[in-house]
Amino acid sequence: MSVEAAHGAHGMEPHLGIQYETIEQQNESYIVGMWAFLVTEIMFFGALFLGLAVYRYLYPEAFTAAHHQLSKPLGTLNTFILLTSSYTMVLAVRSIQLGNRRALIGFLLLTILCAGGFVVVKTFEYGAKIEHHLVPGPTFRWPPHEAGAVEAGAPSEGAGATAEAEHHAADAAVNPGQAQMFFVFYFCMTGLHAIHVIIGAIIMIILVILALRDHPAVRDYIPIEMAGLYWHFVDIVWIFLFPLLYLIGH
Amino acid sequence: MNPNVLEHHVLPVSLYTKVFVALLIALVLTVLAAGFDFGPFNFLVAMIISVSKASLVVLYFMNVRYGTRLIWLWAGLGFLWMLLLFLTLGDYITRGKVVGW
Repeated sequence: MSVEAAHGAHGMEPHLGIQYETIEQQNESYIVGMWAFLVTEIMFFGALFLGLAVYRYLYPEAFTAAHHQLSKPLGTLNTFILLTSSYTMVLAVRSIQLGNRRALIGFLLLTILCAGGFVVVKTFEYGAKIEHHLVPGPTFRWPPHEAGAVEAGAPSEGAGATAEAEHHAADAAVNPGQAQMFFVFYFCMTGLHAIHVIIGAIIMIILVILALRDHPAVRDYIPIEMAGLYWHFVDIVWIFLFPLLYLIGH
Repeated sequence: MNPNVLEHHVLPVSLYTKVFVALLIALVLTVLAAGFDFGPFNFLVAMIISVSKASLVVLYFMNVRYGTRLIWLWAGLGFLWMLLLFLTLGDYITRGKVVGW
């Protein structure tokens, strides 16, 4: 591009940095920069996923027994919440692309609501794990139920009770240290993920405050798009965490 | 469309809604598939569904589908890294199976 043409573009686009020729080039740089950050995120979440894969491979029985202690309904609910939040996030980006600030604020608030819902469900799950002595450390207790609990309870008739007794027998046969290792991964990975969800929510709260004041930074779609890229990445991590921690194994 | 210039696309809501519905169907499939015992294929089925879900999110929600080649490159790099990283499993899986080491 010639010097004159470059100056022309700068005249028309007041937000164009002097190092860029066109607004498209500037926007592309922002998005590539965000992706470079996400690659570093993939690298460090990737190491944890690899660790989980290695220990699952080494201790399949213990990891299968331990994963039954997680709540599948709550995990499914949280997956649904996060997928919904990605949908509302992408609609927030679309709203600002069309210059609709009210819709932007509305969709961002819905996304923040989903993030809050996710954290609340997670808090209940963590609470149950603490109550059942499943947090790794000196208070960890395995097997997670008293020996002979089935026999001591109500008359254990029917297939349900038999299946439960089989689970209890399988749990008792598992090395407690290996079962504890599953919860080390569970807390590290979901904890790190939850921190990302909270950071995402804080970013969106800031964007809502800026949008309410009609701040120039959020008149363009790029800042919302970048927050969206981060948010969808957090969603993708959960898309893999959910089956690997909650579902796999019988 | 020039693949080297980022164009400003406003996609229809219907496209996003279709992707969202597809993601929810995939979620139901993941949960249902986990209820069956396919033996070692449970893991494979779960991963195929998860990779499909992640691809939909990356392509449409993260807008890589309409991105430039440079954006494609960066988005692909992270997943290439995951592939290289998981080659490490080749070590653990073959331990004790290679005679003479």
